[in-house]
Amino acid sequence: MAHDLGFWILQALNALQLSMLLFLLSIGLTVIFGLMHFVNLAHGSFYALGAYFAASLAAVGGYWMGFFLAPVAVAGVGILLYSGLIKRMRKSGPMAQVLVTFGLIFVLLDVTRIVWGELALAIDVPALLSGRLSFLGVEYPTYRLFIIVLGLGIFAALAFVLGRTQIGAMIRAGVDNDAMAACLGINVERLFFIVFCVGCALAGLSGAVAAPLLSVAPDMGLQILIPTLIVIVIGGLGSLKGAVAGSLIYGFVQTFGAVLAPGLASVLIYALLAAVLVIKPVGLFPAKG
Amino acid sequence: MLELNAVQSGYGETQVLYGVSLAAQKGRVMAILGRNGAGKSTTLKTIMGLLPLKSGEIVFDGKPIAAQPFDIAKSGIAYVPETRDIFPSLSVRENLELAAKRFGGGAADLTMERVLDLFPRLGERMDNGGTQLSGGEQQMLAIARGLLMNPKLLILDEPTEGLAPIIVKLIHDKLQDLKAEGLSMIIVEQNFGFATSLADDVVVVDKGQIVWTGSADEIKADEEAQHTWLGV
Repeated sequence: MAHDLGFWILQALNALQLSMLLFLLSIGLTVIFGLMHFVNLAHGSFYALGAYFAASLAAVGGYWMGFFLAPVAVAGVGILLYSGLIKRMRKSGPMAQVLVTFGLIFVLLDVTRIVWGELALAIDVPALLSGRLSFLGVEYPTYRLFIIVLGLGIFAALAFVLGRTQIGAMIRAGVDNDAMAACLGINVERLFFIVFCVGCALAGLSGAVAAPLLSVAPDMGLQILIPTLIVIVIGGLGSLKGAVAGSLIYGFVQTFGAVLAPGLASVLIYALLAAVLVIKPVGLFPAKG
Repeated sequence: MLELNAVQSGYGETQVLYGVSLAAQKGRVMAILGRNGAGKSTTLKTIMGLLPLKSGEIVFDGKPIAAQPFDIAKSGIAYVPETRDIFPSLSVRENLELAAKRFGGGAADLTMERVLDLFPRLGERMDNGGTQLSGGEQQMLAIARGLLMNPKLLILDEPTEGLAPIIVKLIHDKLQDLKAEGLSMIIVEQNFGFATSLADDVVVVDKGQIVWTGSADEIKADEEAQHTWLGV
Protein backbone atom coordinates (compact mmCIF):
# COMPACT_ATOMS: atom_id res chain seq x y z
CA MET A 1 0.00 0.00 0.00
CA ALA A 2 2.27 2.72 -1.23
CA HIS A 3 -0.33 5.41 -1.33
CA ASP A 4 0.56 8.88 -0.14
CA LEU A 5 -1.40 11.09 2.19
CA GLY A 6 -3.06 12.91 -0.69
CA PHE A 7 -4.59 9.67 -1.87
CA TRP A 8 -6.18 9.07 1.52
CA ILE A 9 -7.46 12.62 1.74
CA LEU A 10 -9.01 12.14 -1.68
CA GLN A 11 -10.69 8.94 -0.56
CA ALA A 12 -11.90 10.59 2.63
CA LEU A 13 -13.45 13.40 0.58
CA ASN A 14 -15.10 10.85 -1.71
CA ALA A 15 -16.47 9.05 1.33
CA LEU A 16 -17.71 12.31 2.81
CA GLN A 17 -19.41 13.29 -0.42
CA LEU A 18 -21.21 9.93 -0.66
CA SER A 19 -22.17 10.23 3.00
CA MET A 20 -23.72 13.66 2.52
CA LEU A 21 -25.80 12.47 -0.43
CA LEU A 22 -27.09 9.55 1.66
CA PHE A 23 -27.68 11.84 4.60
CA LEU A 24 -30.00 14.08 2.56
CA LEU A 25 -32.01 11.01 1.62
CA SER A 26 -32.05 9.16 4.90
CA ILE A 27 -32.92 12.07 7.19
CA GLY A 28 -36.39 12.42 5.68
CA LEU A 29 -37.04 8.69 5.73
CA THR A 30 -35.88 8.22 9.30
CA VAL A 31 -37.84 11.13 10.78
CA ILE A 32 -40.98 10.13 8.87
CA PHE A 33 -40.63 6.64 10.27
CA GLY A 34 -39.79 7.84 13.76
CA LEU A 35 -42.66 10.29 13.90
CA MET A 36 -45.44 8.17 12.49
CA HIS A 37 -44.04 4.64 12.22
CA PHE A 38 -44.78 4.93 8.55
CA VAL A 39 -42.60 2.84 6.28
CA ASN A 40 -42.12 4.61 2.97
CA LEU A 41 -40.07 2.41 0.66
CA ALA A 42 -40.83 4.77 -2.21
CA HIS A 43 -38.56 7.39 -0.64
CA GLY A 44 -35.82 6.43 -3.11
CA SER A 45 -38.18 7.16 -5.97
CA PHE A 46 -38.37 10.78 -4.80
CA TYR A 47 -34.62 10.89 -5.24
CA ALA A 48 -34.98 9.63 -8.84
CA LEU A 49 -37.77 12.12 -9.49
CA GLY A 50 -35.56 14.90 -8.11
CA ALA A 51 -32.84 13.97 -10.59
CA TYR A 52 -35.30 13.88 -13.51
CA PHE A 53 -36.95 17.15 -12.59
CA ALA A 54 -33.51 18.71 -12.22
CA ALA A 55 -32.44 17.39 -15.62
CA SER A 56 -35.56 18.74 -17.34
CA LEU A 57 -35.48 22.07 -15.55
CA ALA A 58 -31.75 22.44 -16.19
CA ALA A 59 -32.39 21.95 -19.92
CA VAL A 60 -34.77 24.90 -19.79
CA GLY A 61 -33.26 27.30 -17.30
CA GLY A 62 -29.84 25.98 -16.37
CA TYR A 63 -28.51 24.03 -13.40
CA TRP A 64 -29.65 26.38 -10.67
CA MET A 65 -33.24 26.32 -11.81
CA GLY A 66 -33.18 22.55 -11.39
CA PHE A 67 -31.36 22.81 -8.08
CA PHE A 68 -33.98 25.12 -6.55
CA LEU A 69 -37.17 23.92 -8.24
CA ALA A 70 -36.67 20.13 -8.33
CA PRO A 71 -37.09 19.81 -4.54
CA VAL A 72 -40.26 21.90 -4.74
CA ALA A 73 -41.61 19.74 -7.56
CA VAL A 74 -40.81 16.55 -5.64
CA ALA A 75 -42.51 17.94 -2.54
CA GLY A 76 -45.52 18.59 -4.80
CA VAL A 77 -45.55 14.94 -5.88
CA GLY A 78 -45.19 14.02 -2.22
CA ILE A 79 -48.26 16.10 -1.33
CA LEU A 80 -50.29 14.37 -4.03
CA LEU A 81 -49.22 10.94 -2.83
CA TYR A 82 -49.85 11.92 0.76
CA SER A 83 -53.39 13.10 0.22
CA GLY A 84 -54.26 10.36 -2.25
CA LEU A 85 -52.67 7.35 -0.65
CA ILE A 86 -50.48 7.69 2.40
CA LYS A 87 -53.02 9.47 4.58
CA ARG A 88 -55.43 6.58 4.15
CA MET A 89 -52.74 4.05 5.00
CA ARG A 90 -51.66 5.65 8.24
CA LYS A 91 -53.39 3.09 10.42
CA SER A 92 -53.10 0.05 8.21
CA GLY A 93 -49.97 -1.45 9.75
CA PRO A 94 -46.41 -1.88 8.49
CA MET A 95 -47.04 -4.84 6.19
CA ALA A 96 -49.67 -3.04 4.12
CA GLN A 97 -47.52 0.11 4.08
CA VAL A 98 -44.47 -1.80 2.89
CA LEU A 99 -46.45 -3.53 0.15
CA VAL A 100 -48.14 -0.37 -1.10
CA THR A 101 -45.03 1.81 -1.03
CA PHE A 102 -43.04 -1.02 -2.62
CA GLY A 103 -45.64 -1.12 -5.38
CA LEU A 104 -45.34 2.64 -5.64
CA ILE A 105 -41.65 2.25 -6.51
CA PHE A 106 -42.62 0.39 -9.68
CA VAL A 107 -45.42 2.79 -10.50
CA LEU A 108 -43.07 5.74 -10.24
CA LEU A 109 -40.39 3.81 -12.12
CA ASP A 110 -42.77 3.32 -15.05
CA VAL A 111 -44.04 6.87 -14.84
CA THR A 112 -40.46 8.15 -15.23
CA ARG A 113 -39.99 5.76 -18.18
CA ILE A 114 -43.17 7.01 -19.85
CA VAL A 115 -42.40 10.69 -19.27
CA TRP A 116 -38.62 10.76 -19.78
CA GLY A 117 -37.96 7.59 -21.75
CA GLU A 118 -35.59 4.69 -21.21
CA LEU A 119 -32.36 6.51 -22.04
CA ALA A 120 -30.20 7.97 -19.33
CA LEU A 121 -30.06 11.75 -19.16
CA ALA A 122 -27.01 13.82 -18.42
CA ILE A 123 -26.82 17.14 -16.68
CA ASP A 124 -23.88 19.52 -16.67
CA VAL A 125 -22.16 20.87 -13.64
CA PRO A 126 -22.74 24.64 -13.51
CA ALA A 127 -19.85 26.82 -14.59
CA LEU A 128 -19.44 28.21 -11.09
CA LEU A 129 -18.81 24.73 -9.68
CA SER A 130 -16.89 23.17 -12.52
CA GLY A 131 -13.19 22.48 -12.36
CA ARG A 132 -11.14 21.57 -9.35
CA LEU A 133 -10.11 23.19 -6.14
CA SER A 134 -6.98 22.63 -4.20
CA PHE A 135 -8.02 21.38 -0.79
CA LEU A 136 -5.68 20.01 1.90
CA GLY A 137 -3.04 19.56 -0.74
CA VAL A 138 -5.20 17.60 -3.16
CA GLU A 139 -7.00 18.69 -6.28
CA TYR A 140 -10.65 17.87 -5.81
CA PRO A 141 -13.66 18.50 -8.08
CA THR A 142 -15.36 21.70 -6.93
CA TYR A 143 -18.79 20.20 -7.47
CA ARG A 144 -18.11 17.34 -5.06
CA LEU A 145 -16.86 19.79 -2.45
CA PHE A 146 -20.09 21.70 -3.02
CA ILE A 147 -22.10 18.57 -2.16
CA ILE A 148 -20.10 18.11 1.03
CA VAL A 149 -20.63 21.73 2.05
CA LEU A 150 -24.33 21.56 1.15
CA GLY A 151 -24.81 18.38 3.19
CA LEU A 152 -23.03 19.87 6.19
CA GLY A 153 -25.05 23.07 5.83
CA ILE A 154 -28.34 21.20 5.76
CA PHE A 155 -27.24 19.10 8.70
CA ALA A 156 -26.48 22.28 10.66
CA ALA A 157 -29.83 23.80 9.69
CA LEU A 158 -31.76 20.68 10.67
CA ALA A 159 -29.81 20.37 13.92
CA PHE A 160 -30.79 23.97 14.72
CA VAL A 161 -34.46 23.51 13.84
CA LEU A 162 -34.81 20.17 15.62
CA GLY A 163 -32.72 21.10 18.62
CA ARG A 164 -33.47 24.76 19.26
CA THR A 165 -36.92 25.69 17.99
CA GLN A 166 -40.45 25.07 19.21
CA ILE A 167 -41.39 23.10 16.09
CA GLY A 168 -38.25 20.99 16.56
CA ALA A 169 -39.27 20.22 20.13
CA MET A 170 -42.73 19.30 18.85
CA ILE A 171 -41.22 16.91 16.30
CA ARG A 172 -38.97 15.30 18.91
CA ALA A 173 -41.90 14.98 21.30
CA GLY A 174 -43.96 13.39 18.53
CA VAL A 175 -41.18 10.91 17.76
CA ASP A 176 -40.84 10.08 21.48
CA ASN A 177 -44.54 9.60 22.14
CA ASP A 178 -47.13 10.71 19.60
CA ALA A 179 -50.12 10.02 21.85
CA MET A 180 -48.78 12.19 24.67
CA ALA A 181 -47.79 14.91 22.20
CA ALA A 182 -51.38 14.96 20.96
CA CYS A 183 -52.59 15.25 24.56
CA LEU A 184 -50.61 18.51 24.77
CA GLY A 185 -52.62 19.91 21.89
CA ILE A 186 -50.09 19.11 19.15
CA ASN A 187 -51.64 18.11 15.85
CA VAL A 188 -49.24 15.27 15.17
CA GLU A 189 -50.83 14.44 11.83
CA ARG A 190 -50.19 17.95 10.53
CA LEU A 191 -46.68 17.84 11.92
CA PHE A 192 -46.19 14.56 10.06
CA PHE A 193 -47.41 16.17 6.85
CA ILE A 194 -44.89 19.02 7.21
CA VAL A 195 -42.06 16.58 7.97
CA PHE A 196 -43.15 14.40 5.06
CA CYS A 197 -43.00 17.35 2.66
CA VAL A 198 -39.58 18.45 3.92
CA GLY A 199 -38.36 14.85 3.66
CA CYS A 200 -39.59 14.64 0.07
CA ALA A 201 -37.96 17.98 -0.79
CA LEU A 202 -34.64 16.81 0.68
CA ALA A 203 -34.86 13.54 -1.26
CA GLY A 204 -35.54 15.63 -4.37
CA LEU A 205 -32.60 17.89 -3.57
CA SER A 206 -30.42 14.83 -3.11
CA GLY A 207 -31.43 13.58 -6.57
CA ALA A 208 -30.86 17.01 -8.10
CA VAL A 209 -27.33 17.35 -6.75
CA ALA A 210 -26.48 13.73 -7.57
CA ALA A 211 -27.67 14.13 -11.17
CA PRO A 212 -24.47 15.67 -12.60
CA LEU A 213 -22.35 12.95 -10.96
CA LEU A 214 -24.15 9.99 -12.46
CA SER A 215 -26.40 9.37 -15.38
CA VAL A 216 -30.05 9.97 -14.61
CA ALA A 217 -31.75 6.63 -15.20
CA PRO A 218 -35.16 5.26 -14.22
CA ASP A 219 -33.85 2.68 -11.76
CA MET A 220 -31.67 5.07 -9.75
CA GLY A 221 -34.35 5.25 -7.07
CA LEU A 222 -34.25 1.51 -6.63
CA GLN A 223 -30.43 1.53 -6.54
CA ILE A 224 -30.29 4.04 -3.71
CA LEU A 225 -33.04 2.43 -1.60
CA ILE A 226 -30.93 -0.34 -0.07
CA PRO A 227 -28.03 1.97 0.96
CA THR A 228 -30.57 4.38 2.48
CA LEU A 229 -32.24 1.62 4.46
CA ILE A 230 -28.84 0.38 5.64
CA VAL A 231 -28.01 3.92 6.78
CA ILE A 232 -31.12 4.24 8.93
CA VAL A 233 -30.88 0.73 10.35
CA ILE A 234 -27.24 1.25 11.36
CA GLY A 235 -27.83 4.80 12.60
CA GLY A 236 -31.03 4.06 14.48
CA LEU A 237 -34.52 5.14 13.57
CA GLY A 238 -35.95 8.57 14.07
CA SER A 239 -32.91 10.66 14.95
CA LEU A 240 -30.79 13.22 13.16
CA LYS A 241 -27.67 11.90 14.88
CA GLY A 242 -28.49 8.40 13.66
CA ALA A 243 -28.93 9.55 10.07
CA VAL A 244 -25.59 11.40 10.12
CA ALA A 245 -23.72 8.56 11.83
CA GLY A 246 -25.24 5.93 9.55
CA SER A 247 -24.45 7.97 6.44
CA LEU A 248 -20.84 8.55 7.48
CA ILE A 249 -20.35 4.88 8.34
CA TYR A 250 -21.83 3.77 5.04
CA GLY A 251 -19.86 6.33 3.03
CA PHE A 252 -16.52 5.52 4.63
CA VAL A 253 -16.92 1.74 4.76
CA GLN A 254 -18.03 1.65 1.15
CA THR A 255 -15.32 3.99 -0.16
CA PHE A 256 -12.40 2.66 1.86
CA GLY A 257 -13.61 -0.91 1.47
CA ALA A 258 -13.38 -0.50 -2.29
CA VAL A 259 -9.79 0.73 -1.95
CA LEU A 260 -8.45 -1.53 0.77
CA ALA A 261 -10.30 -4.76 0.10
CA PRO A 262 -11.90 -4.55 -3.35
CA GLY A 263 -12.92 -8.20 -3.22
CA LEU A 264 -14.82 -7.71 0.00
CA ALA A 265 -16.19 -4.22 -0.59
CA SER A 266 -19.69 -5.24 -1.54
CA VAL A 267 -19.98 -7.62 1.42
CA LEU A 268 -18.39 -5.38 4.01
CA ILE A 269 -21.33 -3.06 4.59
CA TYR A 270 -23.73 -5.97 4.92
CA ALA A 271 -21.42 -7.64 7.44
CA LEU A 272 -21.40 -4.39 9.39
CA LEU A 273 -25.18 -4.18 9.16
CA ALA A 274 -25.47 -7.73 10.48
CA ALA A 275 -23.05 -6.92 13.31
CA VAL A 276 -25.08 -3.84 14.31
CA LEU A 277 -28.27 -5.85 14.23
CA VAL A 278 -26.75 -8.48 16.51
CA ILE A 279 -25.02 -6.15 18.96
CA LYS A 280 -27.43 -3.19 18.98
CA PRO A 281 -30.61 -4.05 17.11
CA VAL A 282 -32.09 -0.57 17.55
CA GLY A 283 -29.13 1.02 15.75
CA LEU A 284 -26.41 3.28 17.11
CA PHE A 285 -28.37 6.46 17.92
CA PRO A 286 -32.10 5.72 17.86
CA ALA A 287 -34.69 8.26 19.00
CA LYS A 288 -35.32 7.80 22.71
CA GLY A 289 -39.07 7.26 22.67
CA MET B 1 -68.59 20.43 33.19
CA LEU B 2 -67.83 16.91 31.94
CA GLU B 3 -70.53 14.36 31.44
CA LEU B 4 -70.27 10.74 30.31
CA ASN B 5 -73.49 9.07 29.20
CA ALA B 6 -73.54 5.29 28.72
CA VAL B 7 -69.97 5.29 27.40
CA GLN B 8 -68.71 2.04 25.89
CA SER B 9 -65.08 1.73 24.93
CA GLY B 10 -62.07 -0.55 25.02
CA TYR B 11 -58.88 -1.67 23.33
CA GLY B 12 -59.46 -2.97 19.81
CA GLU B 13 -61.80 -5.93 20.04
CA THR B 14 -61.64 -6.05 23.81
CA GLN B 15 -64.42 -4.03 25.38
CA VAL B 16 -63.65 -2.62 28.83
CA LEU B 17 -66.34 -0.03 29.53
CA TYR B 18 -69.94 -1.20 29.44
CA GLY B 19 -71.97 1.97 29.75
CA VAL B 20 -70.14 4.36 32.08
CA SER B 21 -72.14 7.43 33.11
CA LEU B 22 -70.81 10.15 35.37
CA ALA B 23 -70.94 13.91 35.75
CA ALA B 24 -67.98 15.94 37.02
CA GLN B 25 -68.90 19.41 38.27
CA LYS B 26 -67.04 22.64 37.69
CA GLY B 27 -64.71 23.65 40.50
CA ARG B 28 -64.93 20.25 42.16
CA VAL B 29 -62.67 17.23 42.37
CA MET B 30 -64.02 13.84 41.39
CA ALA B 31 -62.22 10.62 42.29
CA ILE B 32 -62.74 7.50 40.22
CA LEU B 33 -62.03 4.49 42.41
CA GLY B 34 -62.06 0.77 41.73
CA ARG B 35 -59.94 -2.33 41.64
CA ASN B 36 -57.20 -3.04 39.11
CA GLY B 37 -58.66 -3.68 35.68
CA ALA B 38 -62.04 -2.19 36.60
CA GLY B 39 -61.85 0.37 33.78
CA LYS B 40 -60.59 3.52 35.55
CA SER B 41 -57.69 4.32 33.24
CA THR B 42 -59.76 3.26 30.25
CA THR B 43 -62.34 5.86 31.24
CA LEU B 44 -59.69 8.61 31.27
CA LYS B 45 -58.18 7.48 27.98
CA THR B 46 -61.60 7.49 26.39
CA ILE B 47 -62.23 11.03 27.66
CA MET B 48 -58.89 12.11 26.13
CA GLY B 49 -59.77 10.54 22.77
CA LEU B 50 -56.91 8.04 23.06
CA LEU B 51 -59.38 5.17 22.85
CA PRO B 52 -62.31 5.21 20.44
CA LEU B 53 -65.78 5.83 21.80
CA LYS B 54 -67.79 2.80 20.69
CA SER B 55 -71.12 4.19 21.84
CA GLY B 56 -72.55 6.69 24.27
CA GLU B 57 -71.58 10.34 24.47
CA ILE B 58 -69.14 12.59 26.25
CA VAL B 59 -70.12 16.22 26.78
CA PHE B 60 -67.56 18.80 27.85
CA ASP B 61 -68.52 22.38 28.65
CA GLY B 62 -71.98 21.87 27.17
CA LYS B 63 -70.72 20.57 23.82
CA PRO B 64 -69.98 17.06 22.54
CA ILE B 65 -66.27 16.45 23.10
CA ALA B 66 -63.93 16.65 20.08
CA ALA B 67 -62.81 13.43 18.40
CA GLN B 68 -59.05 13.96 18.35
CA PRO B 69 -56.81 14.16 21.43
CA PHE B 70 -55.18 17.42 20.28
CA ASP B 71 -58.59 19.10 19.88
CA ILE B 72 -59.69 17.76 23.25
CA ALA B 73 -56.51 19.17 24.79
CA LYS B 74 -57.15 22.52 23.11
CA SER B 75 -60.70 22.60 24.42
CA GLY B 76 -59.21 22.70 27.93
CA ILE B 77 -58.58 19.22 29.28
CA ALA B 78 -55.06 18.39 30.47
CA TYR B 79 -54.07 14.78 31.02
CA VAL B 80 -51.44 13.44 33.40
CA PRO B 81 -51.06 9.77 32.44
CA GLU B 82 -50.23 6.93 34.78
CA THR B 83 -46.94 6.36 32.96
CA ARG B 84 -46.18 10.11 33.21
CA ASP B 85 -44.91 10.05 29.63
CA ILE B 86 -42.19 12.62 29.99
CA PHE B 87 -40.56 13.14 26.58
CA PRO B 88 -37.07 11.62 26.94
CA SER B 89 -35.56 13.62 24.05
CA LEU B 90 -36.62 16.90 25.62
CA SER B 91 -35.14 18.77 28.56
CA VAL B 92 -37.33 19.62 31.54
CA ARG B 93 -37.63 23.15 30.19
CA GLU B 94 -38.68 21.92 26.74
CA ASN B 95 -41.21 19.51 28.26
CA LEU B 96 -42.76 22.46 30.07
CA GLU B 97 -42.55 24.97 27.20
CA LEU B 98 -44.26 22.53 24.88
CA ALA B 99 -47.33 22.66 27.09
CA ALA B 100 -47.15 26.37 27.79
CA LYS B 101 -49.14 27.44 24.77
CA ARG B 102 -52.04 27.89 27.14
CA PHE B 103 -55.11 27.56 24.98
CA GLY B 104 -57.05 26.09 27.89
CA GLY B 105 -58.60 29.26 29.24
CA GLY B 106 -58.98 27.78 32.70
CA ALA B 107 -59.75 29.54 35.94
CA ALA B 108 -56.36 29.57 37.62
CA ASP B 109 -53.68 31.63 35.93
CA LEU B 110 -51.04 28.97 35.55
CA THR B 111 -47.95 30.61 34.17
CA MET B 112 -44.47 29.10 34.08
CA GLU B 113 -43.56 31.25 37.08
CA ARG B 114 -46.54 30.01 39.07
CA VAL B 115 -45.91 26.36 38.19
CA LEU B 116 -42.23 26.58 39.14
CA ASP B 117 -43.34 28.22 42.34
CA LEU B 118 -45.50 25.16 43.04
CA PHE B 119 -42.70 22.74 42.19
CA PRO B 120 -39.39 24.54 42.85
CA ARG B 121 -37.52 21.26 42.36
CA LEU B 122 -38.23 21.48 38.65
CA GLY B 123 -36.75 24.97 38.49
CA GLU B 124 -33.42 23.55 39.67
CA ARG B 125 -33.47 20.88 36.99
CA MET B 126 -34.64 22.84 33.95
CA ASP B 127 -31.73 21.81 31.73
CA ASN B 128 -31.75 18.14 32.69
CA GLY B 129 -33.11 15.55 30.31
CA GLY B 130 -36.71 14.72 31.08
CA THR B 131 -35.94 11.16 32.07
CA GLN B 132 -32.92 11.95 34.21
CA LEU B 133 -35.36 12.92 36.93
CA SER B 134 -36.40 10.71 39.83
CA GLY B 135 -39.87 9.16 39.79
CA GLY B 136 -41.23 11.86 42.09
CA GLU B 137 -39.72 14.64 39.99
CA GLN B 138 -41.13 13.08 36.84
CA GLN B 139 -44.57 13.07 38.41
CA MET B 140 -44.15 16.73 39.37
CA LEU B 141 -43.07 17.47 35.80
CA ALA B 142 -46.06 15.59 34.37
CA ILE B 143 -48.43 17.56 36.60
CA ALA B 144 -46.64 20.86 35.93
CA ARG B 145 -46.83 20.19 32.20
CA GLY B 146 -50.56 19.59 32.48
CA LEU B 147 -51.04 22.74 34.54
CA LEU B 148 -49.16 24.89 32.04
CA MET B 149 -51.91 24.22 29.55
CA ASN B 150 -54.04 26.28 31.91
CA PRO B 151 -56.78 23.67 31.67
CA LYS B 152 -60.41 23.96 32.65
CA LEU B 153 -60.20 20.35 33.77
CA LEU B 154 -57.12 18.43 34.92
CA ILE B 155 -57.34 14.66 34.80
CA LEU B 156 -54.77 12.60 36.67
CA ASP B 157 -54.23 8.87 36.41
CA GLU B 158 -52.72 7.34 39.58
CA PRO B 159 -50.60 10.38 40.50
CA THR B 160 -49.18 8.70 43.62
CA GLU B 161 -48.26 5.34 42.16
CA GLY B 162 -44.80 4.17 43.19
CA LEU B 163 -43.92 7.40 45.03
CA ALA B 164 -42.41 7.85 48.48
CA PRO B 165 -44.86 9.02 51.19
CA ILE B 166 -43.18 12.42 51.45
CA ILE B 167 -43.70 13.05 47.71
CA VAL B 168 -47.28 11.79 47.94
CA LYS B 169 -47.87 14.34 50.70
CA LEU B 170 -46.30 17.11 48.64
CA ILE B 171 -48.39 16.31 45.58
CA HIS B 172 -51.49 16.09 47.75
CA ASP B 173 -50.85 19.55 49.21
CA LYS B 174 -50.21 21.13 45.81
CA LEU B 175 -53.35 19.63 44.34
CA GLN B 176 -55.24 20.82 47.41
CA ASP B 177 -53.97 24.37 46.76
CA LEU B 178 -55.08 24.17 43.13
CA LYS B 179 -58.47 22.87 44.18
CA ALA B 180 -58.82 25.83 46.53
CA GLU B 181 -58.15 28.08 43.54
CA GLY B 182 -61.08 26.51 41.74
CA LEU B 183 -59.35 24.05 39.39
CA SER B 184 -61.66 21.19 38.38
CA MET B 185 -60.06 17.75 38.54
CA ILE B 186 -60.78 14.10 37.95
CA ILE B 187 -58.43 11.74 39.73
CA VAL B 188 -58.08 8.01 39.27
CA GLU B 189 -56.38 6.62 42.34
CA GLN B 190 -55.67 3.36 44.17
CA ASN B 191 -54.66 5.25 47.30
CA PHE B 192 -58.03 5.52 49.07
CA GLY B 193 -56.85 7.99 51.71
CA PHE B 194 -55.25 10.30 49.13
CA ALA B 195 -58.27 10.19 46.84
CA THR B 196 -60.96 10.73 49.45
CA SER B 197 -59.01 13.50 51.14
CA LEU B 198 -58.81 15.50 47.89
CA ALA B 199 -62.11 14.62 46.26
CA ASP B 200 -65.56 16.10 46.73
CA ASP B 201 -67.33 13.46 44.67
CA VAL B 202 -66.55 9.79 44.23
CA VAL B 203 -67.59 7.21 41.69
CA VAL B 204 -66.62 3.56 41.90
CA VAL B 205 -66.05 1.54 38.74
CA ASP B 206 -66.31 -2.22 38.59
CA LYS B 207 -66.23 -4.42 35.50
CA GLY B 208 -66.62 -1.39 33.27
CA GLN B 209 -69.66 0.06 34.99
CA ILE B 210 -70.31 2.66 37.68
CA VAL B 211 -71.45 0.74 40.76
CA TRP B 212 -71.38 3.48 43.38
CA THR B 213 -71.84 7.25 43.27
CA GLY B 214 -71.72 9.65 46.18
CA SER B 215 -69.59 12.10 48.08
CA ALA B 216 -66.14 11.48 49.52
CA ASP B 217 -67.53 11.72 53.02
CA GLU B 218 -70.20 9.14 52.23
CA ILE B 219 -67.73 6.57 50.94
CA LYS B 220 -65.44 7.17 53.89
CA ALA B 221 -68.41 6.30 56.13
CA ASP B 222 -69.67 3.41 53.98
CA GLU B 223 -67.47 0.50 55.02
CA GLU B 224 -69.62 -1.97 53.18
CA ALA B 225 -69.14 -0.20 49.85
CA GLN B 226 -65.40 0.05 50.53
CA HIS B 227 -65.24 -3.63 51.29
CA THR B 228 -67.42 -4.75 48.37
CA TRP B 229 -65.94 -2.61 45.61
CA LEU B 230 -62.48 -1.64 46.72
CA GLY B 231 -61.35 -4.43 49.02
CA VAL B 232 -60.27 -1.76 51.52
